[in-house]
Amino acid sequence: MIWQIELVVLLIVIICGIGAITVKDLLGAAILFGAYSFMMCLLWAIMGAVDVAFTEASVGAGVSTVLFVATVFRTSRRTKD
Amino acid sequence: MTELLPIVIAKLNYWAYIALMMIGLYAMIAKKNLVKKIIGMSILQTAVILFFISIGAKKDATIPIIVHGHEGGSHAARAAEYINPLPHVLMLTAIVVAVATLGVALALVIKIYQQYQTLEEDEILTRLQDE
Repeated sequence: MIWQIELVVLLIVIICGIGAITVKDLLGAAILFGAYSFMMCLLWAIMGAVDVAFTEASVGAGVSTVLFVATVFRTSRRTKD
Repeated sequence: MTELLPIVIAKLNYWAYIALMMIGLYAMIAKKNLVKKIIGMSILQTAVILFFISIGAKKDATIPIIVHGHEGGSHAARAAEYINPLPHVLMLTAIVVAVATLGVALALVIKIYQQYQTLEEDEILTRLQDE
């Protein structure tokens, strides 16, 4: 566990999280949430939780992003906030 | 000030956990769009998972697979050399439950959109009052 790498990844995670809830386009929010999940996966690989890391990479980042994008295409991309 | 910095660095994961949990909670409460609310819920869930994984992490420890385990356990494993695997197993279940919740929530959002042709909470409420 190297704290410099961890600090950088944690900063990227927080920036992606803030970006996912502030961007004014739902497709952009879904893609930023996918980036957030992949950075979380990297964080868990750094912390030694490899089983959680590959479950997050396949289920969290993969399936969640597909579900979000499918929902956005079946509804609308417009958002007010 | 010089004593404060090592404390902040040692508890870095917990500061990030607090920040992510507040981001998720804010999105669930303050955002009007339903998909934004669901993204906030997912961020809240991953923040809780980050907290549990941070509990199990150790310095100078390796992943929880016993070295020379194929020799039939001729010597005892020292627990200080391995990261605690119990929070990992609990959080594997939490990730799967999180995806199941996400699927149900997004299915409900699609049904709401078919009924009201909007995803904004305030527009749905005005339409409910008009009926």
